[in-house]
Amino acid sequence: MISINEVLETNEMIQNMNLDVRTITMGISLLDCVGKDLKGTCDRIYDKITASAKNLVATGQDISKKYGIPIVHKRISVTPIAIVGGSVCKSSADFVEIAKTLDAAANTCGVNFIGGYSALVSKGMTKADELLIRSIPEALSVTGKVCSSVNCGSTKTGINMDAVKLIGEIIRETAELTREEGSIGCAKFVVFCNAPDDNPFMAGAFHGVTEADRVINVGVSGPGVVKAAISSVKGKDFEVLCETIKKTAFKITRVGQLVAKEASERLGVPFGIIDLSLAPTPAVGDSVGEILEEIGLEYAGAPGTTAALAMLNDQVKKGGVMASSYVGGLSGAFIPVSEDQRMIDAVSAGALTLEKLEAMTCVCSVGLDMIAIPGDTKATTISGIIADEMALGMVNQKTTAVRIIPVIGKTVGDTVEFGGLLGYAPIMPVNKFSCDEFINRGGRIPAPIHSFKN
Amino acid sequence: MKKTIITVLGKDRVGIIAKVCVYLSNNNINILDIAQTIVDGYFNMMMVVDASAASKDHSMIADELDDIGKELGVQIKAQQEEIFDMMHRL
Repeated sequence: MISINEVLETNEMIQNMNLDVRTITMGISLLDCVGKDLKGTCDRIYDKITASAKNLVATGQDISKKYGIPIVHKRISVTPIAIVGGSVCKSSADFVEIAKTLDAAANTCGVNFIGGYSALVSKGMTKADELLIRSIPEALSVTGKVCSSVNCGSTKTGINMDAVKLIGEIIRETAELTREEGSIGCAKFVVFCNAPDDNPFMAGAFHGVTEADRVINVGVSGPGVVKAAISSVKGKDFEVLCETIKKTAFKITRVGQLVAKEASERLGVPFGIIDLSLAPTPAVGDSVGEILEEIGLEYAGAPGTTAALAMLNDQVKKGGVMASSYVGGLSGAFIPVSEDQRMIDAVSAGALTLEKLEAMTCVCSVGLDMIAIPGDTKATTISGIIADEMALGMVNQKTTAVRIIPVIGKTVGDTVEFGGLLGYAPIMPVNKFSCDEFINRGGRIPAPIHSFKN
Repeated sequence: MKKTIITVLGKDRVGIIAKVCVYLSNNNINILDIAQTIVDGYFNMMMVVDASAASKDHSMIADELDDIGKELGVQIKAQQEEIFDMMHRL
């Protein structure tokens, strides 16, 4: 029989430490929606999404009430649209029509984001891939809920530098088209190296071609719970600290597993994976930065930050893996600067720089996430930042990503307000020196030697 | 049998348990166990109940208990037992 103290502990986590299930994401394959023409394809896409996910939001709410645990987001990911639209889209404008269809389907289902306006170009681009990538600025400015991603490198294939160059320009164009809203279009676009097929988190979620027709993936969260647990072992050595984080991660993940299994059963859709990522929100007490401070750093970014983060995430995984039957997705630390109050504070205090954030991505951080940079940053410089991140992912055999926002009309010292979960961000300085010639070379960087394992 | 855990959290006052018990009885919900404790001066009560023969579904019961809690100035939650089992039992 459950004891009253256990019940109180669980409810304390929910009530005061922001324990929640961050997202239930339904992956839907659109490969069977391809028709003879664009209109027919769009109709079938709309019908399949709205039929598959019509009960997603209501089911999430029902499960939330049954267990008394908030389930923050219900979302949808679809097959990368560059593949789906390959035969029927003859221009970038055609792809934008599919983006509008996705947006309409998301609105009908009541989800807050739909991901998969994506292209997988880690080695080369097809004509359709390029048309889709070139359509991203418009697609993100005329839709509200569509999220886009491009995978332009992997450990097995190397880095597609033509795509990296193009994406620098695309990010600038997206920023220009949404300049009235703080260049928010860029917050819905992420570029990956080693993108996972089953990531439930936005903006990078898509339903990989290796997946089943439909699948339920769940992202758990709980930085506040981890922080509270760490504060109970202040001054203790690393063994005690690690054990504490591990036990906490186990408990958090078990809740995710419960919700995922139940959602899968009720919706009649197979359960895919639990993503073990500590995902912060702008709410006080829901911050990865705060955990790093609790571990013993004055601010995130201080010397020791990379080691602290490596240890933190490893323990989260060790605790989480045993709590779930399938773990996947990104399962790394999210450090979206604008979405984490203590990260914002660290940047404002001068403790956290772009270069330190990059170092953190070598160990477990998923990437440079929600970072606002000056609006006059050159496209080649953005491509250079992306190339660096891709290289870290490629060599370390991990996922890395860049979601960076050149905020048009703003510069270092300004802040930009995105609103809601996306938070606000101080504009961070970028290294001023040029990488033009490097980016303009074109072609691709070969796969690293340690990728040849056969 | 699926059990439901009802928790009451708040400042102690006369009649909290009575009011909750009357509600449960009116809705054909059987009480299996009651425990209570005081944490930081706050009254904490946990009831393990069997709602399988209840006249209403879980969602409605949770909402109505929440309303009773508001009347009494305490917080009342009804949650299915599995969330606690999953978190605290291997």
